[in-house]
Amino acid sequence: MFEAEVFITFKEGLLDPQGIAIKGALVSLGYDNISDVRVGKYICIKLNNQDKDKAKSELEEMCAKLLSNPVIENYRYKIMEKSSE
Amino acid sequence: MKFGVIVFPGSNCDYDCYWVVKRILRKKVDFIWHKERNLSGYDCLILPGGFSYGDYLRTGAIARFSPVMNAVEAYARNGGLIIGICNGFQVLLEAGLLPGAMVSNKSLQFICKFIYIRVENDATPYTNLFHKGQILKIPIAHNEGNYYADVKTIQALNKNNQIVFRYCDEKGTVSKASNPNGAKESIAAICNKEGNILGIMPHPERASERLLGSKDGRGIFESIIKWIESKEAN
Repeated sequence: MFEAEVFITFKEGLLDPQGIAIKGALVSLGYDNISDVRVGKYICIKLNNQDKDKAKSELEEMCAKLLSNPVIENYRYKIMEKSSE
Repeated sequence: MKFGVIVFPGSNCDYDCYWVVKRILRKKVDFIWHKERNLSGYDCLILPGGFSYGDYLRTGAIARFSPVMNAVEAYARNGGLIIGICNGFQVLLEAGLLPGAMVSNKSLQFICKFIYIRVENDATPYTNLFHKGQILKIPIAHNEGNYYADVKTIQALNKNNQIVFRYCDEKGTVSKASNPNGAKESIAAICNKEGNILGIMPHPERASERLLGSKDGRGIFESIIKWIESKEAN
């Protein structure tokens, strides 16, 4: 059993209007040390695989095929072993 | 001549498209449920607007893997006519049948209103009854209509004349002010290099009767019909 945390973010240079709006709100709250805010997605996946390498290669495929759109997004992930209770 | 309107779970402009083809243009049309795998016998496929799969993950991202999409891809490769409207356009982008992607409108708001678009390419199966520079009044209704592609892709779209419509004002001027959603180069519609696939954010099916405030969108469907008829005549 493995648990994967997948983070999907907009590519550098792509306008993130949500990030800009949040930055504006934070600055208006007085947090004026902010140079940039970007919003992404966090997806948690529990995997039944026994083999870590297999789990990793499947996860890689999921990220490229469905979870992210390579035209606009990057992805990274962490994969951790979990006890199966 | 027969049209097919593909219905994904969450499509909601399917009946509007069906209505225009059947009741206004008097052509045969079927609804095609997204589980269908056989698309033989159709002269044009319409991927309608809506919120397929609730727009979960990204617009069109899950519909793109619906069973029907394998057949749609094969249909596209054979040169079949496919028009994706709004969410249908988003599905075509996710499927890689058209280049680029949609991101949230710059304003972060869902925009539902009449806008103007300018014909940039009048030689496609979808625009052959228009002339270059013609201005259409047609509604948009979307949250993710902000077309994005990298510089190289945009250059290729321009070079190959793949930009079919641009957002403009009522005089036909393309500017930042007349761009409703922040789309790169005010792109409202593109086609593939071969020209058989069109993706369009505005809704021609909502502008095909005077009663609805404009019938400028009807010309897109009539262009398709003319194109098919001229093929049939040969």
